[in-house]
Amino acid sequence: MALDPAETFRQEASDLLDSLEAALLDLGQTPQDGGLIDAAFRALHTIKGSGAMFGFDRVAAFTHDFETAFDLIRKGKIAAGCDIITISLAAKDYIRTLIDDPDATDPIIGEAIVQELQGLIAGGAGASQAICAPSATNEAATAGADGWLVEIAFEPDILRNGSNPLVLLDDLRALGSCQVTAHLGAVPELEALDPEACLISWTIEIRAGCSREDIEDVFMFVRDEIKLAIMPLEPAAYEPVPPSATQAEVLAEAVVPAPVREPTLASPEHAGAEKAEYVRRAEDRASTVRVQAERLDELMDRVGELVIAQARLSQLANSGSDLAIKSIAEEIERLASGLRDSTMGVRMVPMGSLFGRFRRLVHDLSRDLGKPVDFVTAGEDTELDKTMIERLADPLVHLIRNAIDHGIEAPVARAGTVKPETGRIELAARYVGAQVLVTVRDDGAGLDTARIRSKAEEQGLVAPGAPLSEHEIHQFLFHPGFSTARTISALSGRGVGMDVVKRTIEAMRGTIDLATVPGHGSTVTLRLPLTLAIIEGLLIRVGEGRYIIPLSAVEECVELTAAEEARARGRSFLNVRGDLVPFLRLRDLFDAEGEADPHQKIIITTTGDTRVGLVVDQIIGSHQTVIKSLSKLHADVTMFSGATILGDGTAALILDVAQLVSLGQNRSEHDKTPEAA
Amino acid sequence: MTQLQTSDNAAQDPVASSGTRLQALMVGLGNEIFAIEADIVREIIDPVPATRVAGARTFLPALINVRGNVIPLADLRLRFGMPRRTDTTESRIVVVEIEIDGDPVALGLMADKVYEVTEISTAEVQQVPRLGLHWRPEFIRSIIKWNDEFVIVPDLEEILC
Repeated sequence: MALDPAETFRQEASDLLDSLEAALLDLGQTPQDGGLIDAAFRALHTIKGSGAMFGFDRVAAFTHDFETAFDLIRKGKIAAGCDIITISLAAKDYIRTLIDDPDATDPIIGEAIVQELQGLIAGGAGASQAICAPSATNEAATAGADGWLVEIAFEPDILRNGSNPLVLLDDLRALGSCQVTAHLGAVPELEALDPEACLISWTIEIRAGCSREDIEDVFMFVRDEIKLAIMPLEPAAYEPVPPSATQAEVLAEAVVPAPVREPTLASPEHAGAEKAEYVRRAEDRASTVRVQAERLDELMDRVGELVIAQARLSQLANSGSDLAIKSIAEEIERLASGLRDSTMGVRMVPMGSLFGRFRRLVHDLSRDLGKPVDFVTAGEDTELDKTMIERLADPLVHLIRNAIDHGIEAPVARAGTVKPETGRIELAARYVGAQVLVTVRDDGAGLDTARIRSKAEEQGLVAPGAPLSEHEIHQFLFHPGFSTARTISALSGRGVGMDVVKRTIEAMRGTIDLATVPGHGSTVTLRLPLTLAIIEGLLIRVGEGRYIIPLSAVEECVELTAAEEARARGRSFLNVRGDLVPFLRLRDLFDAEGEADPHQKIIITTTGDTRVGLVVDQIIGSHQTVIKSLSKLHADVTMFSGATILGDGTAALILDVAQLVSLGQNRSEHDKTPEAA
Repeated sequence: MTQLQTSDNAAQDPVASSGTRLQALMVGLGNEIFAIEADIVREIIDPVPATRVAGARTFLPALINVRGNVIPLADLRLRFGMPRRTDTTESRIVVVEIEIDGDPVALGLMADKVYEVTEISTAEVQQVPRLGLHWRPEFIRSIIKWNDEFVIVPDLEEILC
């Protein structure tokens, strides 16, 4: 696929807008953080520049106005207050729509946003001088300097990256009278000269009353590609520290990217640490490649096929007696499994990329509902399959929305408790074995069990007075139509309901749990497998057909003894250590042909709290299962969730245990009724 | 395994785009011959072991593995009221890719015999007779004449949905 420059810009802008949003939200917490303001400003400036380059003129024009207004914040003229953050977020959203769907936007909205922003800033500049502390970075350095000695050396690659050092020098000249000296020492002989490498360094003496910040600003967008040293002119005699040390400090400070810059001059050790951090980041960036998602999916498919082909090869090699073939088969097995692991690793994405999106949601909801909320995240570096991260977004939006709307009480109500006025929502992820646990916890009022129960009785979901555990009552929240029926409070009918959340999670072979402590809040726990692409399965045989049961759903395997068989006749219950477990004969369910095996096995499977036994002819063994989804044409098939390819090249179906369990439950209800009658 | 060489001439021919010419694969099913547009045919393979899917519709009874892709195997005979048949040496599976709700869907069609790829022209297209067919008319796009035989051009999307 040819690269469309406009598409590249869209992707890049999307990333930049994300980091802009993150910076703005952070800025809401720490309004004085110069690093954050710089980060936001840089994102804006890059969007403006590349937008103009790729013909997104409206984007460039609007961003220019936004940037102009924002510049005042950056210059420290005003503090970034809550209002400014809110309107800046709106402006950021407007830029996004301008890029994604320019026809759907109205310039009037843009003008209104800019006007409001300018109004706020103008008001802020007059009134709130007091709260805007001048940037501490420059205080010490600005005083008394009547000029600067600037040493610059660019990375040799800078020309290839499209920057023009001469333009930067011109910008410096604009600050005041300059004496520029070029150092050509590093430039090789003509034959060895690479015309695209910038090997010239410069020393510039600026005789002007500009601040250090003004000089740094000139190099703002090449800061990662430059060694920059700025020293006051005539430093020598009264300098308390040796000039070389000063230079080292300044040098270190200048090359550290804006977001981690400390507002005070860094101590030498600190500067060293920061510098190391900077180097590490630069390396990270250099070793990252942006890959289209479809290509990754394709790679995973190919690897899946390879694993299958390799299994066939191993089978063949082991049936023969050729040692050379056997050793090659083993070698390929090792390589294939290594390749599979690293391909799966590539598909893993840290949860942080998902969590970031919710900060905005919490910010907006907390403002709209008038409930101040602290949003805390943990375990951002927990990794999960890319596809799952995408599928998790909607359920999590719903859970967080629920937590703020239903969970957290209004500030007035909270004032009457020991809890702080500001609510707290915690979103955390962590590994537990081969699973990932994602929890959404609030410190609100908790679930009103009595009220859920009365609602359930009202809707005829349960007989009045039936003995139910608290846990069972909470399960009604997942009942279709229950959550949308204005049960707990308002704000329903917005997107997915709890039943959809549950279904989405179960479709990913995950589970969802609710826990609540009245008065102290509730916790929703999602348990998810690490990946959707490959599962550990149990290979079984029913009649002539072979099937896979996901091993995570298997609790135990027992033999269906003749005595049980006789006792079970007429009803389908099994006594497993005192518990009645309904069971399904897969032979009947699948209309299997041929004679049943004399020794039938029962595989006890479970989803959540319910168990069901599956009667099979034979348990063959465990099987690394590469999951292939079923074709659209087989959308009406309910008992199977997918298919896989076995070692001999035939396809095998993967049982949908959740479906089978509910089928088993229904049948046992069926069985119970006549007995009761 | 025969990789089908579909020629693009027909598609590029301006006459073809107006619908007068059509590259088609002639396939025998029961006692009838069906013409399947060559554009949608991906490959023709020998019969492979199929995996029965319990609970699926009768004309989509199984799954097959074609080069690492698990695709449904359709038995059109059942849609046209023909009896099921056991495979013979002439049996083949025609792998086609059709579009359902805008998504490409690959599937295998059981065929009792595969004849040839030929060019048919609309001049030979016959009206779908209202009478004399016990098949559902929406399954049939048109009927053409080929080598003095009537050939059915099926509407696969309609048949499979």
